[in-house]
This record gives sequence, C-alpha cells and structure tokens, in this order.
Amino acid sequence: MDSLTLDGNAIAGLLQEVFVLEMTSAIGTCASCGASEPIGAVRVFRGAGVVLRCPHCGDVLAKIVKREEQACVDLSGFRTLEGASRAGLAVRDDR
Amino acid sequence: MEGAALLGRLSWQLADVVDLIAETARVKTLALDIPGWQGHRTGQHVDVRLTAEDGYQVERSYSIASAPNGTRVELTVERLDDGEVSPYLTDELRPGDRLELRGPVGGYFAWEPALGGPVLLVGGGSGIVPLMAMIRERARAGVDVDMRLIFSSRSWDSIIYRDELQRLSGSGLTVAHTLTRSQPEGWTGYARRVDAEMLSEIGPDAGTNPHVYVCGPTPFVEAVATALVGLGHEPHRIRTERFGPTGG
Repeated sequence: MDSLTLDGNAIAGLLQEVFVLEMTSAIGTCASCGASEPIGAVRVFRGAGVVLRCPHCGDVLAKIVKREEQACVDLSGFRTLEGASRAGLAVRDDR
Repeated sequence: MEGAALLGRLSWQLADVVDLIAETARVKTLALDIPGWQGHRTGQHVDVRLTAEDGYQVERSYSIASAPNGTRVELTVERLDDGEVSPYLTDELRPGDRLELRGPVGGYFAWEPALGGPVLLVGGGSGIVPLMAMIRERARAGVDVDMRLIFSSRSWDSIIYRDELQRLSGSGLTVAHTLTRSQPEGWTGYARRVDAEMLSEIGPDAGTNPHVYVCGPTPFVEAVATALVGLGHEPHRIRTERFGPTGG
C-alpha cells in the first residue's frame, strides 16, 4: 500500500486555500465512471503535487500543484463538482 | 461585517503550546491556546506547518480532539517513527513553544448535536481522535443522543483516552473495545478485527438511519465501510476518514 494514500479530508486546508470554500462536502462526479462522492471521500496521493483519484475506478479527478503563492489546478477528471459551500465555513453561525 | 468579508480566507497563525499530555507510549495530546479562535465543528482539522532553519516547510493535517472550548484547542498526535512532523510534535515540543497552524478546515467528516442520532462511531487506533471530539461535544452539550463507539486498538495499553471513555460511557453512550493483538488476563471483550457481526451487535440497526463515522488506517476503513453496506447501511450515511500508516 502506498504510504502516502490519504483521502480528501486531509487536504481540506489546501482546497480551502485554492477555492476559498469548504470543499470536502462538495460532491464530485467522475468523468470516467460517473460515480459521485463527497470530496472528503476521494483518494488523495501526495507527491510533488496532490492528485485526487476516483475511489471507484481509480481515474484521476484532479491535480493541484502549488508553487510559492500560485496554484495550478486541473479539474478535468470531474464531470461536475457541486455543493461547495460558504456556509460550511461559518463555523458556529448556524447555531 | 469585517469578519464575514474574510470568511474562507485561511491564514497561518501562531498557537501557544500550553500543555502536553501523554495518552499512551506513542500518542500525545497537545493542548494549544489559539488567540482569536472562533470555534470549530467536531471532526474538523487544523493544518500544522513546521519550518526548518533553511526555510524547508512541511505541512500536515491533524484532527481536532477537543470539543469547542474558547481559544483552547487540543490535537492528539501519534508518533510515527519515520514521520517528518509527528516525532517533533510528540518528542521535541514543550509548553511555552509556539506552533504555526491554520484552521479549522473540513466539514464532510463533522458532527454536531443538532444533527441528532443515532450515531455510530467506528475508530481504529488514532482514528479515535475526531470521534473523541464528537463524544466530548455530546457530553459538553448535555444531549442524550444515542451514540455508540466501536474502538479497535492493538492492546489494553494502547487504548487512547481509555479512562475518559470509561467515565463518559453510560446514559446513551455505548463504548465497545476490541483488542486485536493482545488482551489482558480475564479480558471478556472483543479480541478480533471489527467485522459485520460486531457492527450488528453494537451498532444501531441500519433501519434507524444512523449517522456513521469511520476513521482509521485505510484498510480498516475499507473493511468497515464494506461490512456496513452489507448490513444495509446507506453508503451516503457512512462518512469516512482514512490515513496511511506513515502519513506523518
């Protein structure tokens, strides 16, 4: 097993940095197999960048590479990505 | 509102280390004071960043172990021998030191009392950490939500939060341990990996639509999630969080 295998929960901070939204609850649909999963549940591989893979078919959903203060994001493996929320960021306002 | 305008913009900040608590031989809790902390949902994370003298930086994500409590935030960290970050946090850090972090982040693997129950928590090893935050939040809020924990540890001595779990159990919180490698004399609890039989004995029936949270090493989470689906739990009600054995 790849020791650097994690899931989308582990990159919540990176995703929020890039999208300025809470992304782990967003639902991504894989362009290859059509399965939908919350981003928190997709496979994440960390190397020079971060690669998100579909937990069902293994195809690449997204790649994120950060270089200094810039990020290069390839989302081409998603057919759709929906439900990213600002509400998720409002830590205790909804109580 | 100025605060609302900045919502979502993450910035690194310094936390003060106020206490270090040994949980087991390999696991330590870092109690931090984070000025301006606005609270968190249980199950959320913080990112911790270490910077070496030559400028090399490394970041890791850690689950928050504590329930919301002002500006005090606790992280519980397992020492991984070949990790880049955890040996520093568990061995080198001292009260009075400062630690760079940002958060809270995440929201998929989160629970709060308003979500209600029943709730089934299944943890393997240090996968207990975000689940413990939920258990502590349930106690803090004083709600009687039906919450059940199945906690897999290698041995009696490696059970993280053992005494506190015992103290909190009862009045709607069920705690079941399984010890997979060694058991103390006279142990009458489970002594095997979490399986469908254990999940159906301890867990709420799938028909009651429980919220399910499973956290642990990747193979543990895969096995438990598969067993839960086999028992009729809706896949979208099963929230998972996995980590590799050497994440860090």
